[in-house]
Amino acid sequence: MLGRTASSLFWMSRYHERAQNVTRLLEVGFRGAIISHSGQEDGTHWTFALSCSGSEKGFAQRYDELNLRNVAAFMIFSKENSDSVRHCLELARNNARAVRTSITAELWEAVNTTWIEFNEVNPQTITQERLPDFLAWVNQRSHLFRGALLNTVLRDDGYFFSQMGNFVERADNTARILNTQYWTLLPDSDIIDDGSVERYQWSAILRALAGRRSYRFAYPNARLKAFNIAEFLILRTEMPRSLAHCYDWIADTAEDLAQFYGSREPSLDLAAEISRQLSETQMREIYQQGLHEFLTEFVGKNNQFAQQLSEDYNFA
Amino acid sequence: MADERTFFNEMLEETGEPRQAYARLAQWLEDKPANFLTKKSRDAEMIFRRLGITFAVYGAQEATERLIPFDPIPRIISASEWRRLSAGIDQRVRALNAFLHDIYHRQEILRAGRIPADLILQNEAFLPEMAGFTPARKVYAHIIGTDLVRVSENEFYVLEDNTRTPSGVSYMMENRETMMRLFPELFQSHRVAPVEQYPENLRQTLESVAPDPAKSNQTIVVLTPGIYNSAYFEHAFLADSMGVELVEGRDLFVDSGKVFMRTTRAPKQVDVIYRRIDDAFLDPLTFNADSMLGVPGLFDAYRAGSVTICNAPGTGIADDKAIYAYVPDIIEFYTGQKPILNNVPTWNCSRPDDLAYVLDNLEDIVVKEVHGSGGYGMLIGPTTSRREIAEFRRVLQNNPSNYIAQPTLALSACPTHVASGVAPRHVDLRPYVLIGDQVRITPGGLTRVALKKGSLVVNSSQGGGTKDTWVLED
Repeated sequence: MLGRTASSLFWMSRYHERAQNVTRLLEVGFRGAIISHSGQEDGTHWTFALSCSGSEKGFAQRYDELNLRNVAAFMIFSKENSDSVRHCLELARNNARAVRTSITAELWEAVNTTWIEFNEVNPQTITQERLPDFLAWVNQRSHLFRGALLNTVLRDDGYFFSQMGNFVERADNTARILNTQYWTLLPDSDIIDDGSVERYQWSAILRALAGRRSYRFAYPNARLKAFNIAEFLILRTEMPRSLAHCYDWIADTAEDLAQFYGSREPSLDLAAEISRQLSETQMREIYQQGLHEFLTEFVGKNNQFAQQLSEDYNFA
Repeated sequence: MADERTFFNEMLEETGEPRQAYARLAQWLEDKPANFLTKKSRDAEMIFRRLGITFAVYGAQEATERLIPFDPIPRIISASEWRRLSAGIDQRVRALNAFLHDIYHRQEILRAGRIPADLILQNEAFLPEMAGFTPARKVYAHIIGTDLVRVSENEFYVLEDNTRTPSGVSYMMENRETMMRLFPELFQSHRVAPVEQYPENLRQTLESVAPDPAKSNQTIVVLTPGIYNSAYFEHAFLADSMGVELVEGRDLFVDSGKVFMRTTRAPKQVDVIYRRIDDAFLDPLTFNADSMLGVPGLFDAYRAGSVTICNAPGTGIADDKAIYAYVPDIIEFYTGQKPILNNVPTWNCSRPDDLAYVLDNLEDIVVKEVHGSGGYGMLIGPTTSRREIAEFRRVLQNNPSNYIAQPTLALSACPTHVASGVAPRHVDLRPYVLIGDQVRITPGGLTRVALKKGSLVVNSSQGGGTKDTWVLED
């Protein structure tokens, strides 16, 4: 396989995952804006979506007012925002197109049709009433992409690189969202009232990571607690967006890759090491080290892994 | 001159009765309800868009990827017509390859005075770097798309030979697939010669010209300029259907006189490159130094015999419009036979007598740029306003050697789905030819159709569409 092909498969998956993550942040912002029972001003809910996706600065440079129309324009449709849904879907599709010969027809059609249909949407028509359906549609298309990948692609190196891209992006997204909101997840935040800011933030974090429901199953008393939420999203492997879960996949995929090529590269050892650390660490220890420090270090290691992978396999 | 009343109708006799090959299709068209084809056309468009069968239009800002309009009514060629056509094409492509070998070696045809030496040696498409080099099996142009038009029952003319990197073969294949999905019943009632063997034939052809044809695992690649190229879909399609890698220049490198591709593991040596980039961009060390698309050192590796490039560099001289007029001579010179297919009479505007004739008859003829393509920069006298003709006259007089001229041919017409129902529209035909250990011609090819009433321009960049082309088996 060409190094460039490996790279395109990796980034195709990364961008599709990113599109979905941005969409979910917008869903959380939207929900906050319409129920607004935390007594805050409207804009705050959008700040959560903007800061978690790292696009606060870019937004502030272009818009004065924090409202649905502006946030949607910037985070969904903007050609200037490199993290907009539009940009992610376009890059996912361009990467898929560059390796059209290495992916299945089903996968290509999922990526291509998503981009075509997205591109046909007139941003003016996505009003407050239509936004939830539209975001749900993007989400479903992203699931279709994953489904096509899992169900139709041959389990060879191309599949492994696609999986790597997906989970590196997901781990990055989870770690960044937690890190942006880390102060609400410190243990002493647990002594709070039901209607507090923290409570709203916890709920927002769980929704942004599609874990609001599953949290209740994972923690039988179902009470939202900072400690549990942090543990759930960092260390619990059964949570599909937790850091531990992502690195379970990455480490397994690394083993598959080593077996497929018959040789171990430094990136594979790095993946195994990160995965092992996550499985051996207790939440208490993370708090002792400092949650913010831990998350910052994780984002760095995750990047380092992606970088090493691209060097080991000659990504162009 | 193209007179709407005198063009050849491929489906109907002058009496209005369908010709034999079209009998069943004509009946079928008659039996279908009025909106049937409109619905099928929409289905077809959906299929094409989902599959990503698109082409890019230069200079068009919005929607840089477009669909070529697809006409759902097939064009039919009878078995006996095809036999004659393919014999003519076979003769022509063999002669052109013999010509290429000759002008890059002993230049017998120039010595014999059959072609003016300046026309070759001063031609930009002639590559002195190829002199004395003999590619495998002496084949230069491995993939050719011969553009033909029909003007009467038995008269076909070759318009262009396309010996560089002819495109459109993926449309031939996808048109057929789409037709089989849309109208399975038509395939049951007609014995249509298949085209699906093309990728396999292409692969066989490429393997047969590898530096070491005996090697069991040839590494073949398709070299593309990248996803923004107008024919990118086709490059991907061909690589995919042959089961080979689709590479860009940056995926290849030359080491110790051999070409390798950068893989996720050890570099892999490449035996045959089916390149879809122009000569000038192949190798920045030998040709265009600014090229970002090519592979430094590729040409030296090629000349050293470690890799085969298809088509060979320098084949453009064989389809140069200034050389075109000499192709009948070329055929006679190398095969000793009379040409089976006609050449369109051509005036070379660099000759004073020819230029004078062309200037006197601009209203009736077609003028083309010598190096132009895609239907740009040409004049079709009969359909052009007087003022535009006057403008063109000035351009032509300023640089006559840049132009050739031909009589306006009355292109044949085929039944085509239009807003008002079914109506005749003018067509051409590009059969695809592969030359390696043998000459392989896929039955049929790509029919391009001018969708505008009366129009003779079939190019997709100028609003033309395509049709599936059926060669009936006996």
